[in-house]
Amino acid sequence: MGIAAEAIKDFKGFNLKNMPEVEPLSSGHRACQGCGEILALRQAMKALGTNVVVCSATGCMEIVTSPFPQTAWNVPWIHVAFENTSAVVSGVEAAYKAMNRKGKINQPDVTFLAYGGDGSTADIGIQALSGALERGHNFIYICLDNEAYMNTGIQRSSSTPWGASTTTSPAGKYSKGQSTWKKNMPAIAVAHEIPYVATASPAYPVDLMNKVKKASMIPGPAYLHFYSPCPTGWRCGGDESVAVARLAVQSKVFPLYEVIDGQYVLSRKVAKPKPISEYFKMQRRFRHLTETDVQMIQERIDAEYAELLKKCGVEA
Amino acid sequence: MGKRIGVEVSIAAAEAAALADVDVIAAYPITPQTHIVEHLSELVADGHLDAEFIPVESEHSAMSCCIGSSAAGARTFTATSSQGYALMSEICYIASSMRLPIVMTVANRALSAPISIWNDHADMMMSRDTGWIQTVAENGQEVVDLIFHAFKVGEDHRVLLPVQVNLDGFILSHMIEPIHMPDKAEVDAYLPPYKPAMRLDPAHPVSMGPVGMPDIYTEAKMAQDQALRNSKAVIVEAWKEFGDKFGRYYKPVETYKTEDAETIIVSMGSISETAMTAADALRAKGKKVGVARIRLWRPFPEAELFEPVKGAKNLVVLDRAMNFSGGDTGILGGEVKSVLFDQNHHPSLRNFFVGLGGRDITVQNFEEMVEKASANGGKPVPYEIINVRD
Repeated sequence: MGIAAEAIKDFKGFNLKNMPEVEPLSSGHRACQGCGEILALRQAMKALGTNVVVCSATGCMEIVTSPFPQTAWNVPWIHVAFENTSAVVSGVEAAYKAMNRKGKINQPDVTFLAYGGDGSTADIGIQALSGALERGHNFIYICLDNEAYMNTGIQRSSSTPWGASTTTSPAGKYSKGQSTWKKNMPAIAVAHEIPYVATASPAYPVDLMNKVKKASMIPGPAYLHFYSPCPTGWRCGGDESVAVARLAVQSKVFPLYEVIDGQYVLSRKVAKPKPISEYFKMQRRFRHLTETDVQMIQERIDAEYAELLKKCGVEA
Repeated sequence: MGKRIGVEVSIAAAEAAALADVDVIAAYPITPQTHIVEHLSELVADGHLDAEFIPVESEHSAMSCCIGSSAAGARTFTATSSQGYALMSEICYIASSMRLPIVMTVANRALSAPISIWNDHADMMMSRDTGWIQTVAENGQEVVDLIFHAFKVGEDHRVLLPVQVNLDGFILSHMIEPIHMPDKAEVDAYLPPYKPAMRLDPAHPVSMGPVGMPDIYTEAKMAQDQALRNSKAVIVEAWKEFGDKFGRYYKPVETYKTEDAETIIVSMGSISETAMTAADALRAKGKKVGVARIRLWRPFPEAELFEPVKGAKNLVVLDRAMNFSGGDTGILGGEVKSVLFDQNHHPSLRNFFVGLGGRDITVQNFEEMVEKASANGGKPVPYEIINVRD
């Protein structure tokens, strides 16, 4: 049994009856209505509880939770810059390790969490993240993926899906919107041979919270990739973000899985997948796409999902 | 009681950080700083130092780790040079703004391009406005002593600022010098354990690094500036205590034969030793020359600099970095002129750019500079690069 599997073998999991009441990330923050990012982060914090130090990258979640002199954080929280939160958490974790060992503190069970958006994770902060994963610090990294630089006004990132119109990949006479395929960050994390990688969605809160809790129980680095709808940037209704998130899973656009000690495990098989056109229809960032474009994307999504099933050892 | 040993200055700097019982070191290799962190990693590997050594993937992450570590309450150390400094500089501003007493040695080296691993002060000048306390060593003993002093001052709750100890790359970092290394008990008596004012602690949650709206940003910057200004008294006090304990007394500006000097050379770092040799050589020829060496670069010691130079007719101000302002003065030249302007004092001042990218500066070069300053007659003259081919 690998170290991750060993660490979580007795984990019973959350259910709707034993939901923790604790709210380390409190209400009263300034996120947009229907923000899927803050919803996912709140669920993650409920799973982690209060014996945690949180390191934040610059981004929406930093801005909306910390306008001085207010804070939405009931746990220790630090923000330094955009691209370095994985390095900051490395320093925090190393400090605790050294001070515990030297008898300067007696706090051996603190969890260390770093989070950033997709731009922070897949673009500007990927070096610092890779370094921290490679060095093996005992921390959880959460990528809150809303598929563009939303804080600065919906600019494309390497995590923006093909065809999405953003303010720097606008659809136009000579443009289909984003012209590249979404960077596969979970696969990049897996390539670091860390004990635990998982994808999760706020539309499936128990699954999300279980994955966060497991990540905290496993020694070494854990990488979690959260699908985080942004009604403002995706141009859908604020009351639709959970529906969009659910549809992303049901249409195979964002499959839920874990990679435990390098072994892929499918969290839920999509029995009757919905066509991606249904998912696209809810968001105006895709509305310029033609039927041919959608068909081409559907083929790519189908192939990617089939590949994932193969990795998970699940029959198609 | 410690002992006097012959040792490479970088090794001594690492030993000093170890004697200060640092908890976390995060560093990335760059010449000519590398021997400092190599030796620290050896000390950790051999069990002589109980610390976490984080071999980061860049200097940007080195300083970011240092911020996380210091914010978590650990005594934190790093070292860098030149391009490494340039890469981490974004985070250096944040370290001082967050009031975290990180200590960093910078083995001063020229900035690219052309790439040069050799010594000048371009990195130190680049770091001038980051809000760090900065001291500049002249020799190996000073490097060691300034490291203890850096932790003492930075961690003082009246200060709480990061401290940068500058030493000339190669000229100091790679030199074997006789250095008095104190023993652990002596260091402990001078440097108490780090007690953070606040730390990232689940038992006492705080939010660090929040958003500063326009209604608070100016106040935050003013408070930071006041902290740096107010640190000078603590810096001087900590040097006094150091002198009383170790017998070596330091002050913001060191002087050599300035009392009766007609011409005073204003300098920083190891070049000051050549300047003193030149002063003696010129005095043997009947010229009254002295040296004022700036040890405390930030906060800038205006009064302490004016006092020794106010009686001199001529000033020779040395800059060891370019200043691409298109103006007539270098960076230190401008600082010195500002002090003189405030005092309505107008000596004959010549500003020379010397020793860029490892270019040697000889006693003869000093004689030439002193001659030019004496012959100037008080006219404003643009800076001049010394020992350069057309």
